Amino acid sequence: MELLERFAAGDVEAFETLFRQYQGEVYGWIVRIVRNPAAAEDLTVETFWRVYRAHARFRPDGSFGAWARRIATNAAYDHLRRSRHELQLRDDYADSEHPDPAVRREAGQRIARAFGELPVRLRAAATLALIEEEPYERIAEGLGISVGGVKSRVWRAVRLLRKSLKGVSVEP
Amino acid sequence: MSEKHHDDIGRILRNALPPMAPAELQRDLWPHLLRRLDERTGSVPWFDWALIAVVALGALISPQMIPILLYHL
Repeated sequence: MELLERFAAGDVEAFETLFRQYQGEVYGWIVRIVRNPAAAEDLTVETFWRVYRAHARFRPDGSFGAWARRIATNAAYDHLRRSRHELQLRDDYADSEHPDPAVRREAGQRIARAFGELPVRLRAAATLALIEEEPYERIAEGLGISVGGVKSRVWRAVRLLRKSLKGVSVEP
Repeated sequence: MSEKHHDDIGRILRNALPPMAPAELQRDLWPHLLRRLDERTGSVPWFDWALIAVVALGALISPQMIPILLYHL
């Protein structure tokens, strides 16, 4: 029996082999969404725990990596809902042309806050598309939606951000 | 809805919130997952407790069912 078939049948050794093959990829996907390495490690474990529980629903003719990334996305959404506004601002933030560092810092904090307040599905799509600059096809596969769906979420996120950032000195 | 249209806000976001990539996993998480699997395997699901409670209650209400239950075990 092939590895994926053995996994679907509940073979723990096959699961361990897949875990070792994909843990880095799943972690890399999650950390891009949640932006917190420690939380991403916990969520990687949570994802593979969900993967293991759902083994009977996995179709061995499909892509394990894409399936695991979709489960990881849901785990990341749950995390973002629990810790919505925790976003780490870059220490050397200096996008604004304002001469006062305090004003620049305040502008950066408003951007981070506005981004943190986006609905989680919009925030994840915007993070992957605008910050991580992932290809839209890969984002669509990982989020389990169409490329058009990703573009729509990014567009809605940008519209909300523009609204929130009106009046900030870095306003686009 | 063009992607170019988002360039300005993307630049501002990347300046405030730097990209995480390349993000490498620093350690093997298999031992953590094994611990998680063991924890869940060792715990008794709530419906098992509910079943035990129902059987115990039944035995209290009608003790004559105890031999029948033992016969079926």
